Amino acid sequence: MTTTTQPAPTTAAPRGRGGFLQSVTDSLVMAKRNLIRMMRIPEVVIFGLIQPIMFVVLFSYVFGGSIKVPGAGTDPSAYREFLMAGIFAQTVTFATAGAGAGIAEDMHKGLIDRFRSLPMSRGAVLTGRTLADLVQTALTLVVLAVVAALVGWRAHDGVLNALAGFGLLLLLGYAFTWIGALIGLTVRTPEAATSGGLIWLFPLTFISVAFVPSQNMPSFLQHIAEWNPFSATVVACRDLFGNFPPNYPIPDAWPMQHPVLASLIWSVVIILFFRTLAVRKYRSATV
Amino acid sequence: MPGAIYAEGLVKTFGDVRALDGVDLDVPEGTVLGLLGPNGAGKTTAVRVLTTLLRPDSGTAVVAGIDVLKNPTAVRRSIGLSGQFAAVDEYLTGRENLQMVGQLYQMSGRDAKKRACELLDRFNLADAADRTAKTYSGGMRRRLDLAAALVVSPPVMFMDEPTTGLDPRNRQGLWEVIEELVAGGTTLLLTTQYLEEADRLAHDIAVVDHGKVIARGTSDQLKAQTGGERIEVVVHEREHIAPARGILERHQLGGTSQGGCTVEEHTRKLTVPVSGGAKLLAEVIRELDTAGIEIDDIGLRRPTLDDVFITLTGHAAEDEPELKADAKPGTEEAAK
Ligand SMILES: Nc1ncnc2c1ncn2[C@@H]1O[C@H](COP(=O)(O)OP(=O)(O)OP(=O)(O)O)[C@@H](O)[C@H]1O
Ligand SMILES: [Mg+2]
Repeated sequence: MTTTTQPAPTTAAPRGRGGFLQSVTDSLVMAKRNLIRMMRIPEVVIFGLIQPIMFVVLFSYVFGGSIKVPGAGTDPSAYREFLMAGIFAQTVTFATAGAGAGIAEDMHKGLIDRFRSLPMSRGAVLTGRTLADLVQTALTLVVLAVVAALVGWRAHDGVLNALAGFGLLLLLGYAFTWIGALIGLTVRTPEAATSGGLIWLFPLTFISVAFVPSQNMPSFLQHIAEWNPFSATVVACRDLFGNFPPNYPIPDAWPMQHPVLASLIWSVVIILFFRTLAVRKYRSATV
Repeated sequence: MPGAIYAEGLVKTFGDVRALDGVDLDVPEGTVLGLLGPNGAGKTTAVRVLTTLLRPDSGTAVVAGIDVLKNPTAVRRSIGLSGQFAAVDEYLTGRENLQMVGQLYQMSGRDAKKRACELLDRFNLADAADRTAKTYSGGMRRRLDLAAALVVSPPVMFMDEPTTGLDPRNRQGLWEVIEELVAGGTTLLLTTQYLEEADRLAHDIAVVDHGKVIARGTSDQLKAQTGGERIEVVVHEREHIAPARGILERHQLGGTSQGGCTVEEHTRKLTVPVSGGAKLLAEVIRELDTAGIEIDDIGLRRPTLDDVFITLTGHAAEDEPELKADAKPGTEEAAK
């Protein structure tokens, strides 16, 4: 240790800017930290890509021939078009597990004491993580869209509509990372957060209109599927991408008739609800 | 007016364990308090309460004039913490770690960068600055953590065993850093297992055991309380014990009447409490020599903080192994 540099003058830490601006800058600092970590542990990102790519290939070629989409007549490629929005939506919700595991890991390492003893905004540790996951989700979606295009998927209603569809998907993914954040704060290990983040996603994504039309389900499942927050985004994307067959009978349920609005409402409600709970839980772990 | 760190009646229990059992502390501004105590005494728990990481069951704590329980956010602006276990992000480089902390203290990106550079130099981490902390040795992590605690030089600092795991040169270096900080007006609460460190850095020392402060004072006061200085003499002939005792008692602390000289017959060792240092020792040697008493060994012994520590906290440490020794055969029997 050299003594050539002078110690910084003893002053209180620069006054926190406080309020909203500080919570934005703190969250960005934390997002940067998480993105650097993701870059240095690329395995996680790569495995996150392989799984949805496998789904695209499996569903289009294995189930593709045997699932009939109403209104598509005998067009064999109709299911492939119909399917993609479902896989996109399922993929973005898998970010739940990553966010949960990351936060569970942070909470049980000494580093969290450093963050808690700093005059930083209280929600920033969580918001930073969810923002980093949003970036990862966006990256995954780009790769997935390319793979989907390779197997024949197209967006038929113009660039703006396509972008709007991807925007809704990102918002849904972001909303789900807040569910993951709450799970991560509740369980004791990252492994538990991963399984806790995934287990309920399977019924949620399968009892929906993501992979099969709801018309073929028993009527009580049909109701669940049509009001499922996940279905709203899937239908909105199919609409915006022009992926419904021309004569597809859209169900009468309100979210199915107004899918874009329903998707927005669901995502915002999920964010508000789970973010509030998660930040409160994070705070209660300290003074 | 209460000091920069003030605590009254802090209690914190974890299940059956009373980690803090009514701790009172008062550290005047610009001074260093050394918190000593055996493992599990409650030192880390006290630090965690004072740095807003843990809510006590009862009691009050005021840091930098701000109530820790009522306004933790404001307290966080005025403190720096280096905890017992290094709190660094393993996947970030040393530089990135420090920049991140700077930015979370609301520094601009440029200031944070500059400060990170200074600290990396200061803590001998410049060569490893751009390696991830995962690749650091234990002592390097420790230093990175200390650097992170010093990013803004806040008015009140807490360091929980800051030099554990540091090599002697880096320990010396950290002591210098701490001395500079304190010269600049920083108030510091430091826990340590190295009594030499407390002796050198701390103005006041509080000894904690079982969640209570069992002794406090300056290092000298505590040493005096444990017995002050003594002269120890080993005489060559058994017959010389009595005359030697006469001479020693004439010089003992508080006059002849005290009868404070202790004698171990079989080792021919006499010990007497004194105050007068080397000068008195020389005089005693002359008198013993004049009286024709042959001495094998003579010395002036001052109690160290180790003596203080062991005297004050020794009982607990001696009792427990006995209990375990008793219990053990029983459990082995049961196991069969
Ligand atoms: N989170 C916790 N849950 C349960 N018990 C705890 C917890 N934290 C501390 N304790 C207990 O509280 C007591 C005091 O612990 P503390 O860490 O404060 O000791 P310490 O003086 O810092 O010891 P050391 O010198 O080993 O660091 C111990 O008996 C410990 O087991
Ligand atoms: Mg400790």
